[in-house]
Amino acid sequence: MNDTIATTTNRIVVGLIFAFLWLPILVIFVVSFDTSTFLRFPPEGFTLDAYTTVFSTPAFVSGLWTSLVIAVFATTLTLIVSTTAALAFTRYRFRGSAAAQSFFLSPLLVPNIVLGLALLLFFAPLGLTDGYVGLILAHVVLCIPYAVRTITVSLTTVDASSEDAARVLGASNFVTFRRVTLPLIRPGIIAGGVLAFLVSFDEAIVSLFLSGFAVTPLPVALLDHMETQAGPEVAALSVLLIVFSLGIVIVIERVLGLTRTLRS
Amino acid sequence: MMTSVSESPPRVPPTTPPVGRPRRRISGIWWLILPGLLILTFSYFVPMLWVVRMAFNRFIGGGGIELTFSFDSFLEVFTDPYYFKVAGTTLALGCWVAALTIVVAYPLSLFLARTTSKYKALLTMFAIAPMLVSSVARTYGWMVVLGNQGLINTVLGGLGLTDRPIQLSNNFTGVVIALVQIFLPYAVLAMSSGFGRLNTDLEQAAASLGANRITRFVRITLPLTLPGVLTAALLVFVLTISAYVTPRLIGGGRVFVLAAEIYDQATNQLNWPLAAALSIVLIVIFGVAISLYQILQKRVERRMSGL
Repeated sequence: MNDTIATTTNRIVVGLIFAFLWLPILVIFVVSFDTSTFLRFPPEGFTLDAYTTVFSTPAFVSGLWTSLVIAVFATTLTLIVSTTAALAFTRYRFRGSAAAQSFFLSPLLVPNIVLGLALLLFFAPLGLTDGYVGLILAHVVLCIPYAVRTITVSLTTVDASSEDAARVLGASNFVTFRRVTLPLIRPGIIAGGVLAFLVSFDEAIVSLFLSGFAVTPLPVALLDHMETQAGPEVAALSVLLIVFSLGIVIVIERVLGLTRTLRS
Repeated sequence: MMTSVSESPPRVPPTTPPVGRPRRRISGIWWLILPGLLILTFSYFVPMLWVVRMAFNRFIGGGGIELTFSFDSFLEVFTDPYYFKVAGTTLALGCWVAALTIVVAYPLSLFLARTTSKYKALLTMFAIAPMLVSSVARTYGWMVVLGNQGLINTVLGGLGLTDRPIQLSNNFTGVVIALVQIFLPYAVLAMSSGFGRLNTDLEQAAASLGANRITRFVRITLPLTLPGVLTAALLVFVLTISAYVTPRLIGGGRVFVLAAEIYDQATNQLNWPLAAALSIVLIVIFGVAISLYQILQKRVERRMSGL
């Protein structure tokens, strides 16, 4: 009897925690259909106006394109340098390997606000602020730790003996990589790429330091907008962003089991 | 290879490279790392060193910076009571958010680690998925919930419990509530990975020996999960003291934290040396937190192996 009461209380507590976790997200959904243009709850009526506003706000549309361009380039660059580096870390023993590996993972330990400041201070005299090159380089730095980690995990879990077999049969290093290793670690590369894309697409702080008038990624445009207005169009845009990232994650989860990759 | 088992190792002349991978291989390996190394050096390592150097320059007003070696910016940070207050608020925010997030994340992680439900994977995903929702978007959600005309105040007012809205946004409390929710998935993730040692056999053994619920929790469950709790606490503390978006939007210009001060000095005041000095203060707080974590973790490990 005592145990059933304990179990029930336990369930209620867990239920409340889940409610707390999802409350702001559900509220965004509700507000995005509101007719009122003020920050208030409950909503006054139902309309899709907020969604039309999102697509007719130039800052949002150009911000979306900017973010997509940056995320695509940053992800591609991240995957190239992370895959080759992870290959070196897992397949070869060499002096300085451990040090190099921690160096590749270390940007994760630096607060984004400090990294943003560092990049502003260093890039500004070089003319790399308020441009795509600077933003892409900055995002690559933020994405590398995630990609190196997932790809390294994937390289250590696949069986290396098939690579040896290919080499014994006369395949060169490159052919072995291209025909044997790459297909084996493809899930790891995709997971790393998805993480990199999401990290880049959602990055606000570092981008805030590096963007100005010419190039403004979506999170920065959204922040600027929220300084002055916080109406339902912000909620609508948030909903679109949530649907976008959850969509990607669900597809990947179905295909690969991303939560498993994240937790390993 | 197969026939050479009984042979003595070939004598190596002293001039050839050591046995193992041929030396030319090594340059090949560095080619694999080089692209990443170049990017990280140029857009991470050198800029970080540059920040440290910048902190010792002198600000001469109007965006001008004198290249010199002075402690002016640090003196300003350590003598101006305003920066003391900012550092204090940042630390207090970090401690409050870390403590409350642990309190909320612990039952959830414990539930996820123990449940035998067939929906375990789905429930875990439900606990972690909000991490992927943009923090700007979630902060907006909290603005709607906590605002003076927001969800909570409307419900309380509607029930006649309050005749005036409770101030939940544009202050410290609001920032704490929002950050706890934003960092909750991170804490759950960090805790669950540390809950591996937890197994029900030990608890059942204790129960069969007559230990009640509370004794079982205090003597078995809590010590076994403590490493995960510490990791989560460190992670949330570190994320909180460098948070910028939520304190700025929910704080409504009334909650001053180091991150906001760094941004303001760097972009509005153009006082780069001061921004750099404040960044170094933030990194030192980081370092202290990480060392404290390592000391505590070692102590916990020692006690566990003594069991």
